[in-house]
Amino acid sequence: MSLLAILVYVLAVILIVAAIFAVKQKDLLLAVIGTSAISVVLSIFFYLLQAPDVALTEAAIGVALSTIIFVITIKKTKRFEE
Amino acid sequence: MVYYLAGILLILIGMYAVLVKKNIIKIVIGLSIVNSGINLLLIAIGYVKDSTAPIFSSDNFKASQMVDPVPQALVLTAIVIGLGVTAVALALVIRLYDHHKTLNINKIRKLKW
Amino acid sequence: MRKVTAVILLGLVGYYLFSYFLEIPFGENRSSVGDYYLENTVEQTGSVNTVTSIIVSYRGFDTLGEVTVLFLAATGLGAILFDKKGKKRRRQHASLIVRVSAHLIYPLIILLGAYVFIHGHLTPGGGFQGGAIIATGVLLMFMSYRSFEVSHKFLTYLESLAGITFVVVGFAGLIWGSSFLENILPLGIPNQLFSAGVIPIIYIAVGLKVGAELTGLLDNLLKTIK
Repeated sequence: MSLLAILVYVLAVILIVAAIFAVKQKDLLLAVIGTSAISVVLSIFFYLLQAPDVALTEAAIGVALSTIIFVITIKKTKRFEE
Repeated sequence: MVYYLAGILLILIGMYAVLVKKNIIKIVIGLSIVNSGINLLLIAIGYVKDSTAPIFSSDNFKASQMVDPVPQALVLTAIVIGLGVTAVALALVIRLYDHHKTLNINKIRKLKW
Repeated sequence: MRKVTAVILLGLVGYYLFSYFLEIPFGENRSSVGDYYLENTVEQTGSVNTVTSIIVSYRGFDTLGEVTVLFLAATGLGAILFDKKGKKRRRQHASLIVRVSAHLIYPLIILLGAYVFIHGHLTPGGGFQGGAIIATGVLLMFMSYRSFEVSHKFLTYLESLAGITFVVVGFAGLIWGSSFLENILPLGIPNQLFSAGVIPIIYIAVGLKVGAELTGLLDNLLKTIK
């Protein structure tokens, strides 16, 4: 098993853990950071799958813009899920 | 193969959030996770082993050894549209919160203005 | 009860999805349309980036529709949040370190975004990525400076101009060529900046349009009073 394959497995575990964290977390700000982590891992995956165009899009939109839109909405509404 | 598994698990986790959670921002987060999972699945289907990205930046790259460009073009536009959809959904969430002062969908019964 | 039902349903969905995906081999064959694009893209469009040639040239009409969807999303968001807009937003000052570094990095981010969409036919990237990067740079300034404002009139004109450019290039193909969005300019030598005919023009227009739309969207969201 090569080093790259191990890296892919580790990243996949991080991806799933981040997704479960984003769904389970009661503090919505932390949940949004979880979705941001999903986007980071997905961006690396797209790069490994030879799709640099998509990796660039996911990095710019998923990590920065999508996260900030969620954060602004949480600031305008309520931070904690009851 | 691990990419397929990760994509399917992402879709399932996102759908779980949409089905179970009461908080409306959590539902939007779930929809965006489903979106990410579908993007990963599409790109993984287009992958070809031992090949390069579909860019002919030098003569050494041959068309027979490249990944499928069609899913990449599809996913690229899908990510941008996903951002637009999320933004409109969150704007509706802000308006809904102004009217009802809650984010719990069980308490938002009177959906009339 | 609700959770148990959801888990059972999702287990069924997951089982069928996974058993279906087991039959799709991972990393083996391509679609035939993908083969066609890869074999003909350099001769037909002059663009070395196949993804760019698909988005702008082969499926350019699709992209026009997509840019329209993004425009509708930005307009719809503005309409939904319309009467909530305050004159000035109550933002906090960022710390000195953030402000100084934001001021240093901001032009570089804008430059990177412009580079990404100008070289869309040569390197990975293009109008959508470049526009998103530019919006990220403006967002950095929004967050660090209290007094930083973007003129909505300027954004509207930029966006309209970019959209009109896209449509005019499309109709030029219809008039001097044979179909909408046909590549009427000379293709040039592949792998050079001035090559690929109308593809760089359209992608620069898309980049400016996406950048202006996303900036306006963020500005509308930030200006909403609680």
